[in-house]
Formats: sequence, C-alpha cells, structure tokens
Amino acid sequence: MAVGGSCSSHEYRSPHHSDRKKAMAELGNGKKQASPEEVHPRKAFGWAARDKSGVLSPFAFSRRNTGADDVTIKILYCGICHSDLHTAKNEWSNAIYPMVPGHEIVGVVTEVGQNVQNFKVGEKVGVGCIVNSCLSCQNCNRDYENYCPRIILTYNSLDVDGTMTYGGYSNMVVVNQHFVIRFPENLPLDKGAPLLCAGITVYSPLKEHGLDVPGKHLGVVGLGGLGHVAVKFGKAFGMKVTVISTSAKKEKEAIERLGADAFLVSSNAEQMQAAMGTMDGIINTVSADHSIAPLAFLLKTHGKMIMVGAPEKPLQLPIFSLILGGKTLAGSCIGGIKATQEMIDFAAKNNITADIELIPISYLNEAMERLTKADVRYRFVIDIGNSLTEA
Amino acid sequence: MENGNNVAASPEEVRRSPAFGWAARDTSGVLSPFTFSRRKNGENDVTIKILYCGICHSDLHSVKNEWQNSVYPIVPGHEIVGVVTEVGGKVDRFKVGDHAGVGCMVNSCRSCHECAGHLENHCPGMIFTYNSTDVDGTVTYGGYSDSVVVEEHFAVRFPAGMPLDRGAPLLCAGITVYSPMKRFGFDVPGKHIGVVGLGGLGHVAVKFGKAFGAKVTVISTSPSKRQEAVERLGADAFLVSKDPDEMKAAWGTMDGIINTVSGNHEVTPLLSLLKTFGQMVMVGAPEKPLEIYAFPLLLGGKSIVGSAIGGMKETQEMIDFAAEHNVTADIELISMDYVNEAMERVAKADVRYRFVIDIGNTLSAT
Repeated sequence: MAVGGSCSSHEYRSPHHSDRKKAMAELGNGKKQASPEEVHPRKAFGWAARDKSGVLSPFAFSRRNTGADDVTIKILYCGICHSDLHTAKNEWSNAIYPMVPGHEIVGVVTEVGQNVQNFKVGEKVGVGCIVNSCLSCQNCNRDYENYCPRIILTYNSLDVDGTMTYGGYSNMVVVNQHFVIRFPENLPLDKGAPLLCAGITVYSPLKEHGLDVPGKHLGVVGLGGLGHVAVKFGKAFGMKVTVISTSAKKEKEAIERLGADAFLVSSNAEQMQAAMGTMDGIINTVSADHSIAPLAFLLKTHGKMIMVGAPEKPLQLPIFSLILGGKTLAGSCIGGIKATQEMIDFAAKNNITADIELIPISYLNEAMERLTKADVRYRFVIDIGNSLTEA
Repeated sequence: MENGNNVAASPEEVRRSPAFGWAARDTSGVLSPFTFSRRKNGENDVTIKILYCGICHSDLHSVKNEWQNSVYPIVPGHEIVGVVTEVGGKVDRFKVGDHAGVGCMVNSCRSCHECAGHLENHCPGMIFTYNSTDVDGTVTYGGYSDSVVVEEHFAVRFPAGMPLDRGAPLLCAGITVYSPMKRFGFDVPGKHIGVVGLGGLGHVAVKFGKAFGAKVTVISTSPSKRQEAVERLGADAFLVSKDPDEMKAAWGTMDGIINTVSGNHEVTPLLSLLKTFGQMVMVGAPEKPLEIYAFPLLLGGKSIVGSAIGGMKETQEMIDFAAEHNVTADIELISMDYVNEAMERVAKADVRYRFVIDIGNTLSAT
C-alpha cells in the first residue's frame, strides 16, 4: 500500500505529492543535515535500505522523547508486507533513503505521556500503517484517517516535525496514542502482527461494502498475505467463500486448511463459466498485472469487486463487464484507526490470525527475495525481540 | 441472435395486425419504409398508436451492427410515446385514450430474483423493444413505426401535462441517468455531481441533477458548450476536461460523476475530481476497454460503476418526477423521411440534444 506516492507509470499525482517533492529536494540539496542518530534525543536501531537495490542492513538512528500524547513501544515483532518491498526498491518512485520499513508492528508499552489514559506500561499494543493524520478534516472526523490528505505513514513519510518516519524493522517506536492499537490478551503477538496491515486492508472494505453478511458469497482473488486473511474473515462473517487463483496446486490448502468453500482456477474457462453471476462480492488482492473482465462476470447483478492490490499496469475493463448487471469496481486502501481496533478485537474473538513464517532479522534480505517470488505461506514476521540487537 | 444472418419467422406470417414503419435492411444502417405486422392485443396487452419516437444513439449502433448482434430487418426506436387504442381484459392501469410510453424493454421473465426486485433490466430473459427474440419466437420491432403492442407491465403512463414529444427521450435517456442517480444517492440536495458529456444523456442528467437540488458541474471537451450548459441548462459550473488547471482546481470536490461519453477517453483525470468514496457511473459504452490505474481508485476508496437503463417501477417513477419538476428533453422534431439524415447527424453528435420523429404526423404507409 502506498499513499501519497506517485504511480510510476503515468501522470497521476496525489494532492500532497508536491509537498513531498519539495521536502525531498530540501533533504538532498547538499545542506548539512543532522544524521539520523542526531535528529532525535533517544538512540534507536534497526535495519534500513540505503538505495533502490532494497538491500537492508543495520542502521543506527533516533526516536523522539515520549510526548504528552505519545506511547513508546518496545517492538517484539514486525510483519513483512509486500509494500515494504515495493517501497524499499523505490518501485513507487517515492523512496527516501535510508528507509526503515515495517508497518505491522507489535510490542509492549514501555512509557506513556501524561495525556495518555488508555494505555499502560506493560500492555501489548500494535502500530499499523499510519502514525499521524490531521485529525480535523472531514475524513479524520468520520474515522477515515486512511484517506486524510495529510496522512503520515509509519515509514518513508515526512512527520509533522519535518523528520522522516522510520518503521518497525527496529527496536522501538514512539507513536501518538490515537494511532496505537490495543492487542487483546488472547491474540498471539507474532501471528497477530500482519493483521495491522493485511488484516485491516481486507476487513475495512468488506465491512464498508456489506460483504460481511452471513450467507452471502464472497470471491477472494489471490491467495497470499491479503488473500488468506480475507478467506478467514469471510468464513468468520458466515459467508460462502470461493478462492480464485492462477495456481491449481493451492486448492487443497485453500479448502482443507483455510476453510474456503470452493476454488476456481482463473485460467479454467469451464470453471469460470459455471461460476458466472454467483458472487455478491469479490475482493481482489492481486498485485500482478492480470485480466479483470473475467472476474467481473463472476459477480451477481449489482455485485462489487474491490481492488486492494495495486497492479502496475492499468486494468483493462471492457465497459460491458460493468454495465451488464450494474456492477461496481471499487478501490480501498487500509482502513481507519477505529476500524483497525474493531478488526483486531473481532480477530481475537474469532481466533483469526495470519499464517506466518517467523524469521530472525538476519534472514531479512533472503525473506525479501522470497517475497518477490511469493514464496511464503503467507507472511514473514520478524522476531525483533529475540533477534534484533544493536550492531 | 446470430450476426446479421438469422432469418426469423416472417412477421407477416405469424402476427396478425398490419403495421408499418421504417427498417434498416443491412449494415449500411440506411432505413426505408417497411410493412410488417404486430400481434393481436392479448389480455395483458396495451396497443399504442405511436405519436412520437426519440432517436437514441443505440438505434444507430444497432442498425449498423456495431454490437455484432443485429438481425435484419431492424425497426429501431425505444423512446416511444403515443395514445392507447386498445387494452386487454386484464389491464387495469390503462384505458383507451390514455397517453403511454414504451422504453427499451417489452418483456422479461417476471419470476427471477432480478424481476422480483424491480430490476427487469438485469433479467437474463429480458426482451428488448427491438432486435430481440420475443416469447413467440419472432423478432421485436421498435418505435419507428405506427403502433406497438406491449404487455401492460412494460408500458409507462404519461401524466397529463407531460409534453409527449419532449418526454419521449426520457424513456431511454431519462431512465438511464435517473436510475444510477437515485441508486447512489446523487439525488440528495446539496451534493455535487459531475456530468461528463453534454449530449442526449448528459443534458437530461443536468436537468435531473438540478431538480434534485444538487450542484451540477458539466465536464466536456468542448469549451463552446460552456454558455449553453450554464445559461440554458442551469449547470452551476463547467470544466473543460483538457484544461489541466481547471481540472486540478476541482480535484476532490464531487460526490459523484455521471459519465455519458461513448467515445474512447481517459477516465483517470475524472477520478481525481471525486471526493473520498466518490463514485463514477458509466452510462456510456466506449468501444475500447477503459484503462484503469489502481492507485486513483485505492487512494480515496473510489468506485467505477456500470449502469444500464432501469427497471419499470423506476421508469414510471422517473416520468412522474419529470412531470412534476418540468424535466423534459431538448429536442429537434423531425419528419419520418428525415430519419437517415438525422442518423448521420447523430453520428457526428450534431443535435441539441435528441431527435424525435413526429410519427403521428409524418409516418404514412407507402
């Protein structure tokens, strides 16, 4: 997921792209800047990418002191989201190096500011993709901080004090309490971490678009980090869930382990034909370029397809695939903080966690390589607490 | 329906009331006088002596077989208004002498989920007013003719005081924009709606938008339409889509957009005009696939939606609303023998904004 980034292949610019360009120009204009270790008063360490090779290595930097509204978190786990890879390699043309990725952060509170009532030292908490927003616009006021024009992302973003934000591939983070998520006691920290991005990314649009109603039929396109969580939420909502995938070999997994009700191979014309007009909604998690019209035909009248993946090339949409049946193609980008907390609470209650491969920080670059090949079932999570040490 | 080659049962053999109209015989799309017949009025039927029929751009697409599904001869026309001359025994919404209209549909299965939900337009068994296979196996013929026999359910009452000639285009153009505007809440006063394209569909969308109490901005490629849009049609604002500064100033300001454009065009700049969660409704049918970049949809939770006419209940509601709020189409009334020239002008979008054939006064059996 990228907000405020430019789409590398064409002219689209989000409204605050020009601010970012100005900031980037100032950072790189040869003026003497404070080193990352000097910018803030507290020492911190993590792994950062230095250039668009995306290769990460140990990195010393600093965090701010705990402000009146802040919560300081000792990080225990951080999920690896595919966006981390896109951003670290500058695939969205918005990278500022050095970059510490990571926006599926879970840890324990070590300090709270004097205005903080809702979090106590020792509590288990999480931080997702957003660390700040204006909190005063129409979107923020209706709990859609994810669509705030002045959103500040957990990493690779310009914070309110003019410094870069650094993410969760690190030992600690300091966050405004509004953007901190409480982890219920029974939710495992390592397997819960990916919910902070992957989870909310599918949960939010499913709720928004009424695709949480028992008995409705949900299609999930793509069985990766987002897709496998969508299947789990879909089943928890009481829906019939069909997975649509290019890989026939994922069928057994999808049905037997993840609980999907059915599986379609998208290149199998007969299967796709038989399923035409059967789905109330489809959540499309695929980031690779792919053909969208055959998926639209799976929808019932007035059905909706929600894009949460971001293919690089434009989707080709023959108009009749939407007009016949009055169908919708909607986009969605993460979710607001209230929805994120609601999603975590729902997951805890319904025993929904991600399927993860826990790795030490030393494995990070290899994990990123495997991620480019989608070679993971289904999320890597870095065991920060036990493996990240100051270099 | 096979591509132009199907030979249906001869209409003169199967049906029993003589009828005449103008039909296209081949993909040139040229129309000429044509004698055929209609079914006798059944117990659920209403027979309408046609007074006016609007020319919809779809008529042109069909007569030229541009959608690869034409069965010749084609009598087009699905914006039909006239006077009821006969009603079947079970008909209770119409009496002889009433003014009635017929739009794009003449039948549907009446039993599926869509039909039960008043979405006959999405019924898999829906039968179009022309160029469709009717329940008796014959081809349906449309409103460029002297009469039509239709099931009561698919006839629309024209309220007294509703002009017949200027009301006829509402039966397709009107419902095509009204239905999605209602469905997506663009009819809530104070909303800001964009209308892309100022033609048959677009100008009616502006009028409905204003009647709903919305702020309406017209988006067009032609700066020359600005005065017309604002001064005559009542639009609140006008954007030239090729002017990047004008477009940028309007970024993130619209709750919804009705896109009536059938020519191939870029939709990305239009998506920028939408607020968070805004929806762009496509009612035009460009030939090439739309190119949709993912980020403009994702960043802002925006949607592109397709819409195709509307159901019968909604069509009646639309006509009643239009009558109440004086919404009619801006038309150029023409005689039947001008039809081929009119079709050529439709191809060049040279009409403000709908041709309507004065059937009652100018169509005569040869």
